Amino acid sequence: MTDKTANTEDMSVYDELPDAPPKKKLKLTWVGKLGVTIVLFWVLMVFIGPYVAPFHEADIIAYDSFMPVWSTSEGEGLHVLGTDYIERDILSRVLWGARTTIGISFLATAFAYLIGVTLGIGAAVAGGWTDMVFSRVNDAILSLPSIMLGLLIVVALGTSIPILILTASVIYAASVYRIARALGQDIMVMDFVEAARVRGEGMWYIITREVLPNAIMPLATDFGLRLVFVVLFISSLSFLGLGIQPPMADWGSMVRQNLDGLGYGSYAAVWPALAIASFTISINLIVDDISASEGGSLARKMIS
Amino acid sequence: MSELLEVRGLRIEAPKKDEPAVQIVKGVDFDVKAGEVVALIGESGSGKTTISLGALAYTKPGLEFSGGSIKLKGEDVLTMEPSEVRNLRGNRVAYLAQSAAATFNPALTINEQVTESAVLHGVMTQDEADARAIELYHALELPDPDRIGFRYPHQVSGGQLQRLMAAMALVGRPDLLVLDEPTTALDVTTQIEVLKAFKKVIKEEGSAAIYVTHDLAVVAQVADHIVVLYSGEVQEQGSVDQIINHAQHPYTKRLMAAAHAGPKPGMGDKLTDKHDQDMDNIQVKNMTAGYGEIVDGKPAITVLRDINMSVKNGHVVGVIGESGCGKSTLARVIAGLLPPAQGDIIMDGHTLKGLYKNRSKKDLQKIQFVYQMADTALNPKQLISEIIGRPVEMFQNLSGQKNREKVAEILRLVELPVEFAERYPSELSGGQKQRVNLARSMAAMPEIMLCDEVTSALDSIVASNVVKLLKRLRDLTGVSFMFITHDLSTVAAFADEIVVLYAGRIVEQGPVDEVLSPPFHPYTRLLISSVPEMRIGWLEETMQKREMAVGIARGVEITDVGCPFYNRCPIAISGTCERVTAPTYELASGHFISCHHTAEEIEAIEQAPQQVLHGFEKVPQVEEVIPIPIVGNLPV
Repeated sequence: MTDKTANTEDMSVYDELPDAPPKKKLKLTWVGKLGVTIVLFWVLMVFIGPYVAPFHEADIIAYDSFMPVWSTSEGEGLHVLGTDYIERDILSRVLWGARTTIGISFLATAFAYLIGVTLGIGAAVAGGWTDMVFSRVNDAILSLPSIMLGLLIVVALGTSIPILILTASVIYAASVYRIARALGQDIMVMDFVEAARVRGEGMWYIITREVLPNAIMPLATDFGLRLVFVVLFISSLSFLGLGIQPPMADWGSMVRQNLDGLGYGSYAAVWPALAIASFTISINLIVDDISASEGGSLARKMIS
Repeated sequence: MSELLEVRGLRIEAPKKDEPAVQIVKGVDFDVKAGEVVALIGESGSGKTTISLGALAYTKPGLEFSGGSIKLKGEDVLTMEPSEVRNLRGNRVAYLAQSAAATFNPALTINEQVTESAVLHGVMTQDEADARAIELYHALELPDPDRIGFRYPHQVSGGQLQRLMAAMALVGRPDLLVLDEPTTALDVTTQIEVLKAFKKVIKEEGSAAIYVTHDLAVVAQVADHIVVLYSGEVQEQGSVDQIINHAQHPYTKRLMAAAHAGPKPGMGDKLTDKHDQDMDNIQVKNMTAGYGEIVDGKPAITVLRDINMSVKNGHVVGVIGESGCGKSTLARVIAGLLPPAQGDIIMDGHTLKGLYKNRSKKDLQKIQFVYQMADTALNPKQLISEIIGRPVEMFQNLSGQKNREKVAEILRLVELPVEFAERYPSELSGGQKQRVNLARSMAAMPEIMLCDEVTSALDSIVASNVVKLLKRLRDLTGVSFMFITHDLSTVAAFADEIVVLYAGRIVEQGPVDEVLSPPFHPYTRLLISSVPEMRIGWLEETMQKREMAVGIARGVEITDVGCPFYNRCPIAISGTCERVTAPTYELASGHFISCHHTAEEIEAIEQAPQQVLHGFEKVPQVEEVIPIPIVGNLPV
């Protein structure tokens, strides 16, 4: 190798070939783009919904209850989606409800992530007894049905928006913990983490610079899915009458309150249900699309 | 002979949305005759695997066929209907992947998987397929051929699994076999056993094969015809004799130069004043280590026993042995990743603490571990500037502009452009990543670098460039190296001293030229004779040798007493070797060997190579069956 290579030095034409293809940029298909459009629409409504809505969420203004789609009440105006069981404008309430439902769900999911990721990654990095204790407590929380646990907490502590957010975040922090810990453990056994440890890096550096940057992408996608679950959870609680209290509009309680209307041929309960469905399904579409473009590896990681 | 496969003007490209497509294969022509083995050789990125998959009418995701034809017995596989393609892949062309471990499903028995495709395609009934499989197990010289199929993949050795994969491919009597680097990941001793079986079975079955590899020495043993590829184009093709003995094209010559000439004494640089300082940098004394709980100085699983060695300042010590012999564990113990159960590691006059957490920052800095796989050793989410800059910051207390300057200096040291500081690891090639991996360790300004198989995952040309770089680093900085590898040729060219490990014990150590010249320890001899030579007919010659017959046929057994090499040693003294630990004595200055035979005896045996001692004339040709209980019911 020593003398033979000497006379091949001039053959630099044959450079080392790159064996790794250039990184693929994330490209969404039309399905994913549709999802993004719908989600963006609802996010926009969170901010401007109350301003573009024709009426206030609590205004009892209509001529009649359960008015059909595209009906007018005299002197007040057009009810594009009709009215609900106590003569309120459905479209306005759906638009107002976006703020309540998505806003509360987002806050709750964010808190769930704060708690779950901190503890989960912490447990993965620390290992040993810390991990053992955290994980067993977490298993206990996970073993309780979330809606029952939620009902219990809300009944005991009363219904208010802070309590609702707290309840949802604690319940969902448990499943976030699972994912964060699993991701963290996968990353902790990588050679680059070992290299950092042997270098004498502290736990803070390892968590923030080595582990988190590699976990952030799957966690972000999971955030979307988790948000969906929280929306459904809050809506379920509201549907049972223990979530958002009247007269505030929220999609879950709107479905329950207008359920009787179905018997009279009114679509009043369908519109908020569609809102929930369009928002949650759209997030799913985006997540699926991202996962598919990464070869499905993300989906596998997120099965908890 | 008729042409079985005709590849004409084959083009494969990666289409891009907005830009022109990237050409991967740029018009390739070659033929495969019936009963012939055609080797596609080239580095990674040369398109050899992409072309070979073309014979199955398959491309990797993101690629597509953009021109040319691949005719199997006159039928173009690229224009086939999906149902014809299904038939083609199952029955007419079979594919053998590089990693048998990844090919087999661990939850099913071997037989189920070997026979599955033939039965599924309706070529044979289950009974016929079973009979055919057993016939192939015999042909592939597998141990206990009638019953090995009832085992699960984890119950056979790596080399056996590789051969079983060949059985899986051959069971449906395909016209063409595509073998993709089937021996690259194996130890030299295992590689020989697999090569021998492949060659025999291909000959007996009379099937044609495309053999994809980057190893010319292997090609010289198995191929009839060679196609040399670079960057998706054929550089040269011809018969094996033409290419190996009379290469014309400069690229082929370059490949030959980078390929290993076989380990021989005198290949390495002579020690110069520059790096010859006769002082121990690190010393390992009576060290025993392993995994699991340590009770009374004995770990649950002992991997290393009674290790004594040292690395002198500025020296390169090569550690060689088959996989599982404890090479990496030795480096991990020195690096403090695994505390030793007994014994000491002494550096610059003081004993190091066992675990890295208890070592001082200074000690951590002095010893740097370099991982084998740059892909997992570099954080994919950090810029090269942070990967290299962080140790600079920690160990040299440089930050800001000074840190950046230092990073640039280190990048230049490892011969990478300074602009790479702003790239992520995924934006570099394999060889470049390995350089960054080395640069990170260099950034700590260590006294010794423990390199764990740093060249094993690289192509021969890239690997020889990395070794050149290591030599440069040694000369420029005076750093010592512990260079772990199973590649003897690299060691012969780079190391000053060699430590030969077998089943966790040092069987021989000393200056490189002494260890690589006779008298050899029987194990060293086996290792050296197993390295393929770039010579036609080498495989057949080697299999005739006495040390091969026993050494290749049997596997490593880790023993508590006696010499662990006993069961594979052609000159073992029965009654002594398996009971008494071999004494270690000094053959020449600094050259130690552990054997019950004296130096004179070993030398005498070297002189009379055909005389086998101690009743080993009748070497059992059958491999010893690994004693694992078979799960499930066996037909009686």
